[in-house]
Amino acid sequence: MKGSVPVQLRWLAHARSGDKGNTANVGLIALEPDWYPLLVKQVTAARVARHFRGMVSRVERFELPNLAALNFLLHDALDGGGTISLKTDAQGKVYSTALLRMAIPVPRAVARRARGGRTGG
Amino acid sequence: MSRVVRVAAGQGFWGDWLEAPARQVQGGPIDYLMMDYLAEVTMSIMQKQKSRDPATGYARDFVPAMERILPDLAAKGIRVTSNAGGVNPRACAEAVLETARRQGLAGRIRVGLITGDDILHRLDELLARGHELRDLDTDRPLSDIRDRVRSANAYLGMAPVIEALRGGADIVITGRVTDTGLTLGPLAHELGWRADDWDRIAAGTVAGHIIECGAQASGGNLLRDWERVRGLERVGFPLVEMGSDGTFVVTKHPGTGGVVNIASVTEQLVYEMGDPRSYITPDGIADFTTIRLRQRGKDRVQVSGIKGTPRTTMLKVSIAYFYGYKAVGTLVYAWPDAFAKAKAADRVLRARLRDLGLEFEQVLTEFVGADATHGRLAGVPDPDAPEVQLRVGVRARDKAPVERFTREIAPLVLTGPPSVTGFAGGRPAVEEIVAYWPALVDRREIEPHVRVEILKA
Repeated sequence: MKGSVPVQLRWLAHARSGDKGNTANVGLIALEPDWYPLLVKQVTAARVARHFRGMVSRVERFELPNLAALNFLLHDALDGGGTISLKTDAQGKVYSTALLRMAIPVPRAVARRARGGRTGG
Repeated sequence: MSRVVRVAAGQGFWGDWLEAPARQVQGGPIDYLMMDYLAEVTMSIMQKQKSRDPATGYARDFVPAMERILPDLAAKGIRVTSNAGGVNPRACAEAVLETARRQGLAGRIRVGLITGDDILHRLDELLARGHELRDLDTDRPLSDIRDRVRSANAYLGMAPVIEALRGGADIVITGRVTDTGLTLGPLAHELGWRADDWDRIAAGTVAGHIIECGAQASGGNLLRDWERVRGLERVGFPLVEMGSDGTFVVTKHPGTGGVVNIASVTEQLVYEMGDPRSYITPDGIADFTTIRLRQRGKDRVQVSGIKGTPRTTMLKVSIAYFYGYKAVGTLVYAWPDAFAKAKAADRVLRARLRDLGLEFEQVLTEFVGADATHGRLAGVPDPDAPEVQLRVGVRARDKAPVERFTREIAPLVLTGPPSVTGFAGGRPAVEEIVAYWPALVDRREIEPHVRVEILKA
């Protein structure tokens, strides 16, 4: 995207995650409602799958425009999940924060408004 | 909005803040206190306790919690719904009644006891009649693990809760009733909602979902502007004020800490979410893409517009079965080169496990402070980190290799890389793994077996 700069999702969205068996879910919520279309366009299931390459088998995405939120299902993310998993984060409670590391290209005006105007990724 | 019914969350899980129920009852007007204790694996823990002592098998914290608030409940006419009964709701109900009698409340407290969710003793009969109870995730039939099943419970909905309230219960004690049903039941009962009024059923379900994890909707675990959330030491648990049309407000008592805003409610809405158009419960299906949120003053969020669709013919069943054994050992390595030392220790440990010929299903190493929660996304570990915790977990079907592993951690202190500490806790414990098997069953197999009894103190 011409005239755009990469910004980490932590400056554009907040998030919470949970689990269903061996699947983690990440709800990604735009910090400003008018940034939601940017998330829809840039944070695709394919890009999230690339971000978590080697950590999950498959990514599904659902849109909630009413909440300015996207919901991602990260399949096979929890090393067995529930009581079987040996991971510290066996129930995916902080998987959401790993998604916030991802950077997406946004217009400079948005980058400036994003918290602290920081860019990165 | 003419009539409003207030349902307040008192517990979000077994182990939640013990102060919350009393504060919800004393901090402002409420009609119902909803106490959710059950997570997916909780039932199997309770089943294990019950097999050792038949008088246990329920959330024992519930009894002292009731003891503390019973006089208030009786004085203010507040009623309670809770799935604290676990795998032994009758014992839970008896314990609460006994407490009420001791407090001089004989004749004033009625407990509604709901049973019939427990199908452990009916599994063979169900299998024999062709119900395969296949794992919803793997599609394997239950017969694969039948001999290892520890508990089996169908998720019941609002119907028995409503029946108990109609029967005059002050405290409704259930086993595996859905988290949301504990909120929806009182709402449908008070507001006279029909069981096929799918939009209102969905609204009550969403209300239940918002408060079922307690303070996670009112500032606890809130990521957005977390450093600006005030007063978490006296956090107010959430409550809903439901109107007859299905529009409601999420709020908390005045003077409490935390926050109720669009961010806090939205984070809870997306928690453990699957397909947002299809949040399935025994009572109906809620469409989360129809939810509208508006801030209506300080710590008040209005929720409206919720649409629902009819319930399905199936009920979810939660089965717990014995899987094997696991153990996790940890050691802390200090600067300089903390990460490199921890990594070297892991190599030594793994080589020793191999030389001993121990067989594991998995050996997982994490470096806490470097990669434990974000994996490779965390990037190259900081060579100057003040310390790194080596955390090694093993899992096996047999106990022996796991047992031997737990004896291989301490020796690393004197036989491995230097600058190591953090072993004061002693040998790691061998844990039995009880795993979760979600399945579906025809609701006609369950509902005729559900019983509601009204017991008097």
